[in-house]
Amino acid sequence: MGLDLDFTQFFPSIPYIIDGIWVTLSIVAVAALLGLSLGIILSLLKIGNIKILRWLADAYTSIFRGTPLVLQLMIVYYGLPQMLGVDIPAYMAAVIAFGLNSSAYVSEIIRAGIQAVDKGQKEAAEALGISYKPMMKDIILPQAMKNILPALMNEWITLTKESAIVTVIGVMDIMRRAYVVGGEKFAFFEPLIIAGVIYYLMVMVLTLLGKALERRMKRSD
Amino acid sequence: MINVENLHKTFGELEVLKDISTTIDAGEVVTIVGPSGSGKSTFLRCMNQLEEPTKGKILVDGADITDPSTNINEVRENIGMVFQHFHLFPHLSVLNNLTYAPINVKGVAKKDAEELAHKLLKQVGLADKANEYPNRLSGGQKQRVAIARALAMEPKAMLFDEPTSALDPEMVKEVLQVMKSLTETGMTMAVVTHEMNFAREVADRVLFLDEGKLVEDAPPSEFFTAPKTERAKDFLDKML
Repeated sequence: MGLDLDFTQFFPSIPYIIDGIWVTLSIVAVAALLGLSLGIILSLLKIGNIKILRWLADAYTSIFRGTPLVLQLMIVYYGLPQMLGVDIPAYMAAVIAFGLNSSAYVSEIIRAGIQAVDKGQKEAAEALGISYKPMMKDIILPQAMKNILPALMNEWITLTKESAIVTVIGVMDIMRRAYVVGGEKFAFFEPLIIAGVIYYLMVMVLTLLGKALERRMKRSD
Repeated sequence: MINVENLHKTFGELEVLKDISTTIDAGEVVTIVGPSGSGKSTFLRCMNQLEEPTKGKILVDGADITDPSTNINEVRENIGMVFQHFHLFPHLSVLNNLTYAPINVKGVAKKDAEELAHKLLKQVGLADKANEYPNRLSGGQKQRVAIARALAMEPKAMLFDEPTSALDPEMVKEVLQVMKSLTETGMTMAVVTHEMNFAREVADRVLFLDEGKLVEDAPPSEFFTAPKTERAKDFLDKML
């Protein structure tokens, strides 16, 4: 055997692998949006006063954080159609599973961010006669955002990397394409390395965006 | 102005306030003193419902704030509160700290709210700080802004919860000075404090709390020279 790597034979396939970026990105973007919307609702239930809703939100979070993501993905793709009687396209299954999973993490990020705001802020607002909604919108949330945004950025970076597991249900993302190319040439090392480089560059871009965002928020202090 | 009738407050097993009744008349300045843990702050915080009384009644300007059907936010508009740790809104400029509630709660026009805010900042000696953010201010300045923020709602009464306890000694005076000049405007004030000199000079009445009970209720001339109870004598010996 030995080290006879030959990247040149894969050059023609690089555009094909790179096309997977859009598949990956569109899954991540839609799932992140779904996760954010659902996560906001869950976090509001968690800090709210209605016990049963708080319990439900906590249970939801516990389940989605306590089981493997790949299992959740397979349940949505293979399991649900059996119950519903209709097939779910792989792309949609991926978005649903990642969105539901992400919302569990996002809800914790937002809840923690809000609860980290000094309790005196709420009291000061209450003492001025400010009611709940404007207090949350104008006093508490703007301060919570400083805690929330960096953590959200991390969550989305994780989501980008984890999205590679959609390969198991056949979505043609970066990972799957690298695997397909490898299968054609019976050489997997090189295309997988190419995929790795692409993921790494995407994560770096997100990290830099996050850092820039943090710097901007610090400036407004 | 503020009537307290048989007020009780318990936190779990702990009885913090035991059957307190008193009246604060309009224009009166009342200081609330006592050892730490005596329930002073809790008592004050009951007056604007930051703490919910367990039993008893509190009437503010005739409105029973312990009655769930009372709109507590309307009552709070009329009672300003100043906290030990200021609690200014750090993401808003000094000016916006002062104008947010008048504009968003009372519906005052922005121009009018800003005009009043500038006037109040001048009154507390901080006319040049309108566009600063709170974290650029010293403790004494923050507390003066906090007083101005409460006054911007044009309240009928002001509650002060140990307003100088978190300040460096050299900043205590500037805050007391502002509070003193406020008493001269006829503002109704309830002040929880450890500043005995302030209580003696400025208050119309001193309430002495000990272990959740209102032990003495007397004008400062009486309270400081001839306290009726052993507890008050002990306390004054330690404080003066």
